[in-house]
Amino acid sequence: MATTRTAISKTAYSKPARRKSGPTAARTGHLGDIELQVMWSRLIAVVEEQAQTLLRTAFSSIVREAGDLSAGVFDARGRMLAQAVTGTPGHVNSMAESVVHFIRHFPLETMKPGDIYICNDPWMGTGHLNDFVLTTPCFHRGKLVALFSCTSHLMDIGGIGFGPDATDVFMEGLYIPMLKLADGGKLNSTLMAMIRANTRLPVDTEGDVYSLANCNDVGARRLIEMMVEFNLDNLDQLADHICDRSREGVLAEIAKLPHGSWKNSMTIDGYDEPVDLVATTTISPKGIHVDYTGTSPAARRGINVPLAYTTAYTVFGLGCIVANRIPNNAGSLAPLTVSAPLGCILNAPKPKPVLARHITGQMLPDVVFGCLRQAIPHRVPAEGTSCLFNITLRGQTGDQLRGNYGFATTFTSNGGTGARPSKDGLSATAYPSGVKGTPVEIAEQIMPVIFWRKQLREDSGGAGKTRGGLGQEIEIGSRIGQPFELLAAFDRIDHPPRGKDGGANGQAASVSLSTGKKLKGKGFQLIQADERLIIKTPGGGGLGNPIDRAPDAIAEDLAEGRVSKRTVQDIYAAGTDKTASPRKVK
Amino acid sequence: MATASPSARLSVDVGGTFTDVVLDLGATRHATKVLTTPDAPEQAILEGTRSVLAEAAIGFSDLAVVVHGTTLATNAIIERKGAKTALIATDGFRDVIEIADESRYDQYDLEIEKPAVLVPRRLRFTVPERVDVEGRVRLALDEAAVAKVAHLIVKEKCRAVAIALIHAYANPAHEQRVATIVAEIAPDIAITLSSEACPEMREYERTSTAVANAYVQPLMAGYLGRLETAFAAEGYRRPIHLMTSGGNLTSLSTARQFPVRLIESGPAGGAILAAVVAAERSEKKVLSFDMGGTTAKICVIQNYQPFKARTFEVDRAARFLKGSGLPVRIPVIEMVEIGAGGGSIARVDILKRITVGPESAASVPGPACYGRGGTEATVTDADVVLGRIDVEGFAGGMLKLEPEQSVAAVASSVGATLGLSVENAAHGIAEIVDENMANAARVHSVERGVVIAEHTLVAFGGAAPLHACRLAEKLGIQRIVIPEGAGVGSAIGFLKAPAAFELVRSRFMFLDALDLGAANALLDTMSREAKALAAPAALGRPLFEERHAYMRYTGQGHEIALKLASGQITAADMAGLREAFEADYRRLFERHIPGARIEILSWSVLVSTSAEPAKKLAARRASTAAAKASGSRLAWDHHAGKFGKVETYDRATLKTGQRVPGPAFILESGTSTYVSAAFEASLDAGGAIVLDRRKSS
Repeated sequence: MATTRTAISKTAYSKPARRKSGPTAARTGHLGDIELQVMWSRLIAVVEEQAQTLLRTAFSSIVREAGDLSAGVFDARGRMLAQAVTGTPGHVNSMAESVVHFIRHFPLETMKPGDIYICNDPWMGTGHLNDFVLTTPCFHRGKLVALFSCTSHLMDIGGIGFGPDATDVFMEGLYIPMLKLADGGKLNSTLMAMIRANTRLPVDTEGDVYSLANCNDVGARRLIEMMVEFNLDNLDQLADHICDRSREGVLAEIAKLPHGSWKNSMTIDGYDEPVDLVATTTISPKGIHVDYTGTSPAARRGINVPLAYTTAYTVFGLGCIVANRIPNNAGSLAPLTVSAPLGCILNAPKPKPVLARHITGQMLPDVVFGCLRQAIPHRVPAEGTSCLFNITLRGQTGDQLRGNYGFATTFTSNGGTGARPSKDGLSATAYPSGVKGTPVEIAEQIMPVIFWRKQLREDSGGAGKTRGGLGQEIEIGSRIGQPFELLAAFDRIDHPPRGKDGGANGQAASVSLSTGKKLKGKGFQLIQADERLIIKTPGGGGLGNPIDRAPDAIAEDLAEGRVSKRTVQDIYAAGTDKTASPRKVK
Repeated sequence: MATASPSARLSVDVGGTFTDVVLDLGATRHATKVLTTPDAPEQAILEGTRSVLAEAAIGFSDLAVVVHGTTLATNAIIERKGAKTALIATDGFRDVIEIADESRYDQYDLEIEKPAVLVPRRLRFTVPERVDVEGRVRLALDEAAVAKVAHLIVKEKCRAVAIALIHAYANPAHEQRVATIVAEIAPDIAITLSSEACPEMREYERTSTAVANAYVQPLMAGYLGRLETAFAAEGYRRPIHLMTSGGNLTSLSTARQFPVRLIESGPAGGAILAAVVAAERSEKKVLSFDMGGTTAKICVIQNYQPFKARTFEVDRAARFLKGSGLPVRIPVIEMVEIGAGGGSIARVDILKRITVGPESAASVPGPACYGRGGTEATVTDADVVLGRIDVEGFAGGMLKLEPEQSVAAVASSVGATLGLSVENAAHGIAEIVDENMANAARVHSVERGVVIAEHTLVAFGGAAPLHACRLAEKLGIQRIVIPEGAGVGSAIGFLKAPAAFELVRSRFMFLDALDLGAANALLDTMSREAKALAAPAALGRPLFEERHAYMRYTGQGHEIALKLASGQITAADMAGLREAFEADYRRLFERHIPGARIEILSWSVLVSTSAEPAKKLAARRASTAAAKASGSRLAWDHHAGKFGKVETYDRATLKTGQRVPGPAFILESGTSTYVSAAFEASLDAGGAIVLDRRKSS
């Protein structure tokens, strides 16, 4: 490791060239406020830069193509001051909590320049072993002034692979507790060797660890430049300003909402049996609290969710409705709180398997929306697909050029989102996740398959005054006449996205073979060389009675082939309220 | 006159509001601005051209060349005024342009709208066929199905059709056959092949580019034809060359074939001008900064070449938000554009933060100080309050400003809400817009791996000279150059652009298993095609060629463009390619990864005339002579945080080398330059104002 240890964290503590000029911090009165605002926007730019560095240097395809990463800056008390807006709501508070764990394990007074801390503990990081979290202390004028933290999804960390089949977390891959990746600038080469030896993709995984470390360094360098420019010794006043302003902003938005408690439940497919997700959302002047009492117990397989990940998606959903213009930080997140009984699927304790925690966790914005609909129906959409349709395939390659394992890749795709109060849902679009879909031509270059079809699914959007977004039909076969493995992790097959206020449900997902044989929604299955895998992603739920949909919108949907003639006659003309008289639709 | 004067060159930039015409006679230059005539842009061009020709007392037949850039193609897309267009795709892939990248460009906003597609679903047809990633035919083309689709397209009265089949970049045979069949059945229809418009991997970007090209083709072909006829009718017999988004000139016939490449040609001209300004002054690292009424554009220029990108987004649904527009994959000068201009509106958000832009007061009603009914505070109003704008001499005295309106607007929209004095509110607005621009520049510099503080700022556009100092201070930049004639900068830039054409093709290969025969054959074919496309605009000037391979470690998503030696790649070059890649990688990301496999994703060939060699200016000599102030006024000093007396100077009477220490204003018709206390200004031998960071401030 001699060649790689030298520069790993030098920028985090080296002094930048001192600028010749720049205004001093010794400002009085009102000006302080403007300067604080400038520094706040600078801090947001710093973490965006940190995230860009991670994206540019990443190996993991789900990071570089889809944006599954997170980056943020924290003050010495562990308060998150700014976080880059990236594709992964699941990291929103989980990474923030992670930094508190790091500080607990490595007390501030023991931190030194050149240290880097690492872990992938699902209960102290971001919810599964594939996410590595790295935290780097940042020193200025000899004092620790901030911590930079980042996380990204590594493609392979050994174990059973990226599917939900494990029955405990130990089967799911290499488990890294709170450790030092670098100690005073010296890289932990034993740990790096362990990491390389425990993954199917050693080069990518090692490359991604460096990528994570470098992005924290870039963030630290920019922060120090800012502190020099503004002549700051510490971030205390800025941190207070950011947290106070954001907290007040969120509370002001909450104050506009009706106060009270609302309950909602949603049933999803689960692995062996259906899972009930039950939420009680309470809005009070102090904030919004979501409690998941009544939710099903943890499952035997890896669809369980650690509490930090539950909190992340819950708060993301609340944020979208309540305060979508306020940046994430310790202040804006504080009024939004979450609890779930220990042992339920949304607060699964170690050593429950959690690898595919996104299938369950990504449903939570919709579960919370079901509560909020009762309070503020005009601001809340119907249920959507919610969980990503990650198609994880594994198998042999034809030419053996891709290393000794064969291929193991995840293709990201999506269904439709729920109808919105004044607009249709979005077709084939990720929500709540913000990742991108994988291009077919890229996927066919990474793995030896052919996509015979990937197009919108007619009639899949739930009918309503506003219609749910459409799902997709995807058909995949081998390119090299070899069988391949599907590590299925799909939901919404038995429980489609529900329409609201008289809107129809979106069409359910399905997983099958070209022969017509149905496949399981979850778990390992083999696709024979002469068979094709057909996956249909769900449509979003509709909102409002379809009989109230504007005739122009119905005619347009028909002309565009988004709905069939039959659906127009049977549903839009008849409505969902069986007591009402039908209307004529062209 | 029988022969054209070789030095008489005409440049025309057709923008949304103004058409700029510049006549360059070598030693002298005539320029005019006329109002654009959107329905028949050639009319304004003729009007402006007659005016500058009359000034110079020469005729159309005396012109050696006409170069032209236009926003017509961009506007046709933004206003959805292109031709009725159909798409023919592979069975199963009807919705590639609608599925797009499946993401939301704003994570938290539940109300986003995706950009409207250019071809509705009912005009998107599919045919049975399939080519695989290696270019092998897996399913033969169903020609009867193609004929059936062609008849439907005729029936629908489409005027253009885009053909975009899966993996057509790897094997275009099926697309070509479809085109032949369609042309037989519908001879008058304009046809675009994705394998010609954008022969690169990634079906969404390729299809989107082909569709955009088809969509604007009938309109652009009509316009370019009329333009050619109109100039011929005036006696002009020489060629008309078009400016492309990549900063190159191309012939009229190539422009008709690939009109999508004309998108964003205006801003490209500005970047070319900045590159020339840089070359004349031997400034190897430059940041061009163009700040107008609505937006600011920032472009990195190194070694006198603007950075290039390969994708551009047209018509962003949410202005300036990445991912909200239609992608076109073409060679383009890379710029960040943000909603920060003189007309950008300042407000206070729910967190009591000042926000500036992207909404703009535009020219109607305009900033409050225009006195045309605008009541919201804009950046220009803040500049007026801070004493930075010459109220009498604004826009050459054409517009009499009303400063009291600025005071009222800034006080009511920002000051009252935040409890700030009007000066402090104005200072806050200026600080935020400058910070927004600085942050955009910072993030862009990371994406491109450059150290921004090492660059010189070249500032032009109406509002740039007022904001350049503060932007430079925020970015740690030491020098600013404000060139002469910046008002028609793009049109001047067109005259400096080389004639060139660049082709990019995807062809995946591992470096350690490189198929030399295939790689060389591909590059040679591309070279022949690019030469044929570049030659008409070269007018016999020698052409040179540059070849690049886009390489990365297997498993990564971002490539590095590596320059290849000219001519054939041989087995002996292989080790050198690896070393060169690793060296570049270290330069960008600190260390390379030993032993990791390297792959090549795409190849590019640029065939170009040499850019006009820059006239190197005499080195500036330190002068102790201080310039003489023409007057003074009260203006805000952001270093001191208060108003103070600031001396003013006339640019017209400044002599080369004379020092103007900041704070100061240098006034000229059309704009004025603010020299902050951190800088000292002087005029260089090329007539540009140069601001250097003072040693001790």
